Amino acid sequence: MLGKTAGGIYWMFRFLERSENTARLIEAGSRIALTRSKDPVSEWKSVLTTAGVRNNYDQKYDSYTAPNALDFLLRDTDNPSSVISSIENARTNARMVRTALTTEVWEAVNESWMALKAALKTPVTETKLPAVLGEIRRHTALVRGAVHGTMLRNDIFDFTQLGIALERADNTARIIDVKYYTLLPSASYVGSTLDNVQWETILRSVSAHRSFRWLNDHDISPASIAEFLIFDSRFPRSLSFCSRLIEDNLGYLAKDYQSRLPCHDMIDAQRDMLRGQDITSVFDEGLHDFITSFIRQNNALGLQIEQDYRFVG
Amino acid sequence: MTLDRQYFDEMLSGADDVRGPYAEYDKWFAQEDAVRLSKKSKEAESFFRRTGITFNVYGQSAAQERLIPFDLIPRIIANREWTKLSKGIEQRVRGINAFLHDIYHRQEILRAGIVPVELIAQNEAFLPQMIGVSPPGGIYTHIVGTDIVRTGEDDFFVLEDNARTPSGVSYMLENRETMLHMFPELFSQIKVQPVSDYPKNLRRSLAACAPRNCDGRPTVAVLTPGIHNSAYYEHSFLADQMGVELVEGHDLQVVDGRIAMRTTEGYQAIDVLYRRVDDDFLDPLNFNPSSMLGVPGIMDVYRAGNITIANAPGTGIADDKAIYSYMPDIIEFYTGEKAILKNVETYRCSDPDSLKYVLDNLSELVVKEVHGSGGYGMLVGPAASKKELAAFAAKLRRSPANYIAQPTLSLSTVPIFTKKGLSPRHVDLRPFALVSPKEMHITPGGLTRVALKAGSLVVNSSQGGGTKDTWVLED
Repeated sequence: MLGKTAGGIYWMFRFLERSENTARLIEAGSRIALTRSKDPVSEWKSVLTTAGVRNNYDQKYDSYTAPNALDFLLRDTDNPSSVISSIENARTNARMVRTALTTEVWEAVNESWMALKAALKTPVTETKLPAVLGEIRRHTALVRGAVHGTMLRNDIFDFTQLGIALERADNTARIIDVKYYTLLPSASYVGSTLDNVQWETILRSVSAHRSFRWLNDHDISPASIAEFLIFDSRFPRSLSFCSRLIEDNLGYLAKDYQSRLPCHDMIDAQRDMLRGQDITSVFDEGLHDFITSFIRQNNALGLQIEQDYRFVG
Repeated sequence: MTLDRQYFDEMLSGADDVRGPYAEYDKWFAQEDAVRLSKKSKEAESFFRRTGITFNVYGQSAAQERLIPFDLIPRIIANREWTKLSKGIEQRVRGINAFLHDIYHRQEILRAGIVPVELIAQNEAFLPQMIGVSPPGGIYTHIVGTDIVRTGEDDFFVLEDNARTPSGVSYMLENRETMLHMFPELFSQIKVQPVSDYPKNLRRSLAACAPRNCDGRPTVAVLTPGIHNSAYYEHSFLADQMGVELVEGHDLQVVDGRIAMRTTEGYQAIDVLYRRVDDDFLDPLNFNPSSMLGVPGIMDVYRAGNITIANAPGTGIADDKAIYSYMPDIIEFYTGEKAILKNVETYRCSDPDSLKYVLDNLSELVVKEVHGSGGYGMLVGPAASKKELAAFAAKLRRSPANYIAQPTLSLSTVPIFTKKGLSPRHVDLRPFALVSPKEMHITPGGLTRVALKAGSLVVNSSQGGGTKDTWVLED
């Protein structure tokens, strides 16, 4: 398989994952802003920070209002991580690697692009927001379904999973990074409304408000939420889960190509690091330091994969 | 349908008189409901959009992707008509390959005085770098699209030869898929020769042209200029259908004297490169130094016999519209037979007498640029305003050798489906031939292009043309 094709596949799935994550952040943010928060401005500011686009946003707008934030996150082509930019990028990459995709996957991406372009043609009002977010979720699910149902389990598939896992790990880590202070034991005084709201936002941003409750019947504490997001191997957006997904797929590539590369050492190190820790040691070390170091390593791993598998010449 | 008696219609020879090849289809059509067909027509469009069968238009914003309109009334060719056509095409393609070999070797045809020397020597499409080079298997043009027009029951003419990089074959294939999808019952009632083997035949044909030192199964790849090229869809479609890699210049480099592509596991050598990049951009070291689309040094690998480039560099000389006018003589020179397919009468404006005739009769002629394609830079005399005619005459006087002129042909019509029922429109036909040392394979049918504007004679997709499925009936 061409290095360029591997790169195209990887980025296609990173962008698809990103559009879904952005939609999820918006969903959580708007819900909290509407129902719980006394301070919607800081809520949108926090959403923009988590999406990693606050600098871009600040260059364009003076204040954090719902319509501006929504427009910037959903429709703005100046924002490289907006839903429309992500889906456009995903589709451009899909066109480039069309020969590596099944017809079903290509058509699902192409249809998503057509549908979301139409849905995001005009500004999205609060009335229309739930329907639009639903459409984004539905379309990304359709692509994922087509991938699982029709693609061969070969190197092409491995690169789809790597793109998804790296993007997702980055997203979950950034959510923790932005909200880490609410998860610190010192900041937790049980029963405070502020914290309950913040924790709910965090769980909603990763679509885990229900599953978390299922798994942690009574223990809704900052530590248990942090543990869930970082270490729970059952939760598909936890850092451990994503790390495992990366490890597995890099492993398949190593076996397939009969070649162990520097990226394999890096994922092994990440695995050992996660295995060697638990939530107590993370809090002892400092949650913030732990997360920033994870984000840095995750980025470095992405770059190493690009280099090892010759995405660019 | 109102017929224009001036033109030959391929479906109706009189108001109620259906031509033989359309007899069965007409019976089916008569029972169809116009509303259902309208719906089908829209369905076809959404099918094309969803599949992404689009083309990019030069000079418009990069994001612009357009559909080539598809008309659901097929263009039907009788078996005996096709037999004659395909024989003519085969003969012509053989002649062209022999001509190309000769032109880059002994140039017998120039010595014999059949084609004038200056037409070759001063031709941009002639590549001196190809002199004395023998492509693997001796084939120059592996994939040929011959543009054919019809003016009467037995009157077929070749309008142009596309020997360098003919495009449109993906539309031939997708149009058939669309028809099968929309009207499966038609194909069980009427026996139509299939076209779907084209990708398989293409791969086999390309593999058969691999360099002699290639052992094992040849590695084939398609070279595209990239996703912004107007025919990108076709490039990816063909690579996909053949099951080969779609590469761009920056995926390739010379490794150990061979052309190799950068894979996730290192560089892998390529034996046959089906390139959809023009000669000029193929190799910045040997041709246009500013090209970003090609592979530096590929011509040296080619000359050393270590890769097959399809079609060979320099084949464009055979597409040249000035060479075209000599084609019947060229065919006879190499095959020893009279050309089966006729040429359209052509005036070479480089010749002073012809130029005078062309200027005097401009309003009745079609004038084309010698190197032009895609319907750009051409004048259709009868459809032009006085002002346009005057402007074109000035261009002709300035550089006469750049132009040829032909009488305005009464192109045949085939009905299209409109809101008001059937309506005749002018069509042409581009069949595709695949050439390997062992055999030639011509897909029954080809691409029918149709001018969607009533009365228009320009069928190019870039100028508002559409396409139809083309049927060659079983015997």
